[in-house]
This record gives sequence, C-alpha cells and structure tokens, in this order.
Amino acid sequence: MRKELIFSMESPYRDTFRIWGYRFGSGEKSLAVVGAMRGDEVHQQLVCAQLVSRLEKMEKEGKLMEGHEILVIPSANPFSMNIEKRFWALDGTDINRMFPGYDLGETTQRIASGLFEAIKDYRYGIQMASSYMSGDFIPHVRITRTGFEDVDTARLFGLPYVSVREAKPFDTATLNYNWQIWCAKAYSLYGGQNDDVTPESSRAMVDSILKFTHRIGLSVPVANSAKMSYETIVVEDGDIVKVKAPSAGIFQTAVKAGDEVGEGQVIARIIDPYEGKVLDHVTSPCDGVVFYLLNKPLALQSGPIFEIIAFSPASAAQDGHGDRRP
Amino acid sequence: MIKTVFERSLPVGETFSIKKNVISNGTGKKRVCIVSGTHGDELEGQFICFQFQKEILEEIDCLDGTIEVYPALNPMGIDSISRGIPNFDLDMNRIFPGDPQGTMAEQAAAAIVEDIKGADMVIDIHSSNIFLREVPQVRISEMTADVLVPWARHLNTDFIWVHGAATVLEATLAHSLNTRDTPTLVVELGVGMRINHYYGKKMVLGLKNLIAKMGMWKGAVDQSAITDPIVSVGDQVSFVNAPASGIFSTETHNERIVEVGDSLGQIISPLTGEVIEDIKAPCRGYLFTIRAYPVCYEGSLLARIHRI
Ligand SMILES: [Zn+2]
Repeated sequence: MRKELIFSMESPYRDTFRIWGYRFGSGEKSLAVVGAMRGDEVHQQLVCAQLVSRLEKMEKEGKLMEGHEILVIPSANPFSMNIEKRFWALDGTDINRMFPGYDLGETTQRIASGLFEAIKDYRYGIQMASSYMSGDFIPHVRITRTGFEDVDTARLFGLPYVSVREAKPFDTATLNYNWQIWCAKAYSLYGGQNDDVTPESSRAMVDSILKFTHRIGLSVPVANSAKMSYETIVVEDGDIVKVKAPSAGIFQTAVKAGDEVGEGQVIARIIDPYEGKVLDHVTSPCDGVVFYLLNKPLALQSGPIFEIIAFSPASAAQDGHGDRRP
Repeated sequence: MIKTVFERSLPVGETFSIKKNVISNGTGKKRVCIVSGTHGDELEGQFICFQFQKEILEEIDCLDGTIEVYPALNPMGIDSISRGIPNFDLDMNRIFPGDPQGTMAEQAAAAIVEDIKGADMVIDIHSSNIFLREVPQVRISEMTADVLVPWARHLNTDFIWVHGAATVLEATLAHSLNTRDTPTLVVELGVGMRINHYYGKKMVLGLKNLIAKMGMWKGAVDQSAITDPIVSVGDQVSFVNAPASGIFSTETHNERIVEVGDSLGQIISPLTGEVIEDIKAPCRGYLFTIRAYPVCYEGSLLARIHRI
C-alpha cells in the first residue's frame, strides 16, 4: 500500500486542504474508488476506509492479482466534513457538479480537476454516492445513461438491483457521467444512509466491492462471497412507480427500503401536525419492492415520498398517488 | 392583478406560493414577463420589479399590452437569506424545465415554464452573488445571439456578453424558454445581498425602452440616456482567478478600462502582514466583474475583463 497526496491547496485560515489516495499493486490502472465528495457522506467514507484496510491485508497476503493497480480515495472533501456542511463551505458549490473540472477555474473546479486527473485513466470506476433526494435507497448500483454504459458488468457487484437512469442536464457535470465519457466503466453505489456508520452497513458494501474486484480479475474470491448470490435485477426508469405525498404534514412510514409491498397496502401515514389526526393513509399503487423512501419526518404536499419497483411493469406506466382514505 | 403560479402546502400550517402581478392595458396582445428572485441572495431585481411597476402604473395609459412581474421564483430562499431553495441540493437555475413528477422544486420549475412560455419577451434579472460585483449586463448564449442581441441593445446596459454553450446551462430558465419559442434575456447587475439604486433605475429605463421598441409603450423614453453597450463575442473575456488563498483587498472598481499591469488588488495575509500576491490586469480591456467578498481560496474568481 502506498499513501499518496493526490491534491493539495492552502486555505486562508485552516489547515492545508488535502486529498489522499491509497494505491495497491502496480501495473495496469484497473480500478479507482472514490468515497465522500460531500461533507455528510460519512457512510461512504467509512466504506472506503474499510476497503483500504481490507486491501492492505489482501496485498500482504498475496491475494491481489499481479499487473493491476487499485486506487482508493476515501475523501475528496475533508474540509466540508469537518465542519458538517454538505457542500464547499465558502461558496456552497458541489464538487460532484464540477466534473471534469478545470485546473485554472474556480476552487471546486480545481479540486474536481485534480481528482479527475488522478482517476480518469482507470478502466473501472466506483463512486460511493448519495442522491440529491434525501432518503433511504435499497442497496444498488446506479448507472447514468450516457450511451457508453455497461449494464452487464454492473451485475458483478452482486447487489440486488442495478438502476439505469436517464441523464438530466445537471448529471452531465457529475463524476459518474464524466468517467463514462472518458471511457471508464463507472458505477455509483448507493447503500445505507449517509450517517449510518454501523459495521454491518459498511461491511456489506465492502464485500460487494471485493466481489466485483474478484470478478473483474483483480483479486481472489472473498471468503463470504457465496452468501451474496443475488439474482441482480436491472431497473429502468419505466419500472419505477413514484408515490407523492397526498398532503403535507408529519410523515410516518410503515415500511423500509427493500420491503415487499402489495397493491393497496398502507405504506405511510401523513399526520396533521396540529390536531394529530391522520390526514392520509398512503397506499402502494402496485405490487413491488420499496426502492426509495423519504427519510425525513416532514412531507411536503405532492413531494416524492416513495419509489416502488413494480413487479409487473404495466403498473409503472401511470404514476401513483397514494389513495386517500377518510 | 395578483395571480398564483404555483402553490403547495408545507408540512406545518403554511402555504408555499409563487406569485405574479399582471398589469394589462389597451388592446395590444403582446406580453412581457419580468422574472427575478431565482437565487435568494440576489436582491437587485426586487427593487427593479418595484420601480418598474410603479413607473408603469403612474402612466398606465401609455401601456398597450400585458406586463407580468414575477419578483420571487424562490420566495423561501429570499425570505431565509439562502441562495438556493432551502433544504434542496440543486441550484434552482439548474433544474429547468422542471418535472411535474419530481421534487417540489422540480414541480415548481415546471409550473413556472408552463406559465411564462409563449410570452413575447422575458427578462430574467439576476444580481451575481455575494462574491462578485457586476456592471449591468445582458448574458446571451451564442446559439441565440442573432435573435437576442438586437433586443438586448435596448436594455440600457453597459455590456452584452455572448458566451459559449454548455450542457449544464441547458437546465437554466432562459434556455428552457428560448428553446420554447419564448425569447428570454438574462440580466446580471450589482452584487448579492445589496441593492444599488443607480443600477436599478438605469435598468428600469432600459425595460421601458425595450417595451417601447416592442410597440407596447407610448410614454417618453429619453434616448440620450440610453447606453450603447459593449458587445463581447467570441471568447474575448479574460478571467482572473486567485493564485493563492488569503484576503483579497482592493480599492479598485469595475465599469472602467484597465491597462495591462494595472493593479486590481492584493491578496494579503492578516496573520503575517505580508502581501501574498499582487493582482495585476493581464490584458487591456473593460473591467466588468470585480470580487466583492474578501475571503478567497486558490481559484476564487477575482475579476473579469473584456479584452480590447
Ligand atoms: Zn442568479
């Protein structure tokens, strides 16, 4: 293992801003893994830190294949994490909307550029990501559709779902998108909540990454890989039914990400914040699996609160509103 | 007449609404929309919306057509001194044309585009951010320059910046409207969190001049007071970014010609008393942007110069 300074910049009042990388093996640039890019992505940082620890051990034990190099960057934004801000504190910009970056541009463009320069030539790229929609997602691999996406390889993570999303204009400045444009096979992993630092949540993600490294020929099998033999299901935008809050109020969910739900089943209640009565029982519009749910205690009127992967794609054609019950 | 463009309930006993004021007179069918307040820290547009309507209403008989004023596309942002929409990750001017099935912000964006589209002219007023001070200027994507620059010349700004296209800018309100046959001019002026009355009044004169040229305004517009703008096309703008982190200290102002090597300010160290970097103009030209916020990091934008 070699620890290397990937990027550094002096700050006017704080310690030097540094991005550290950990390299394993040497030879072909095979895999780069990027952790926290926002200050609240602690789960993502922990996954990378555990990955560094596991890879260090595997390297010592000769379990990494020769001729390949793996680079892990646990954090591209320690400054925001240290002061509990999600974005770059001075100007509120998001490093993950600055790719491919510009080394003569604004501060976060320079950071993105320094990071991208270090990782762009790897064959595979993994980003531990979080969404602009606050909530819990079922563990999945996310791919932005660029025309270069490789969906079959995404199955090698052994996670239950692969989600292929159409790119919105703001996606074109994300790492995932630019990695793909630069010819890497890029995958974003979504798992636990940003603040979930339980050993279980990070271990599952690390195992999934190590399963992937084995299957692309970079390492020997991980000990418990047999336990993770999901039949990965590929989900397109059209397979997902969005459920919006029928009213605004206090949001009480009755299910978790990954739960199977039946059509008509009550999956949440909206409570009147003054009078305590149930304003709405939110029901599932279809038989399916909870892919996403809001993880905040308050719901906005018609704000997205669930995404359900429909078992029968026909029901995904129309978007569901929760049924109103008196 | 006040109309609600978009409305939703917030969780605890409050209604969120985006409003516009509609002023009509005469039989003219033309409609001009004045839009502002996408970014909650940009306030110049608030004074312009007020002053423009005041002056129109004082001479309402001179109006032939419809003026619609949307002062606050992001009312919660303005109300809470937040540039973005509170509790929402994305810049509001990066989510257009919106999505009726998306988050509340994306639903609002979709409703705004639906409401405005079809107007004969839209003026989207921004005022930089808290970091940079801007001369009154119109920004136009090169794809729409042929159509929009002639109209922008009537707006009484000092400067028109025709800039290159970028994919992320496809998600701006202006792009969404311009691609829906709704000509939209983006105005930038002043600095965030402040109101410059001189700039505001200059802009109001420009708006009256524009609607006069569109045949919607019969009132007097003093043509000798209308500025003939510098038009910057084809990559004539030099950016000056901070070479080091520190405090940017400057006594200079924008809205003037600078020569090569002219001082634009210094990056200084309050801890050691040293000058870290002297910042000099890299070219001769029109200084239209100067940094207003002193704290800077490596890369922070300090100035923009249109090369002459
Ligand atoms: Zn703005």
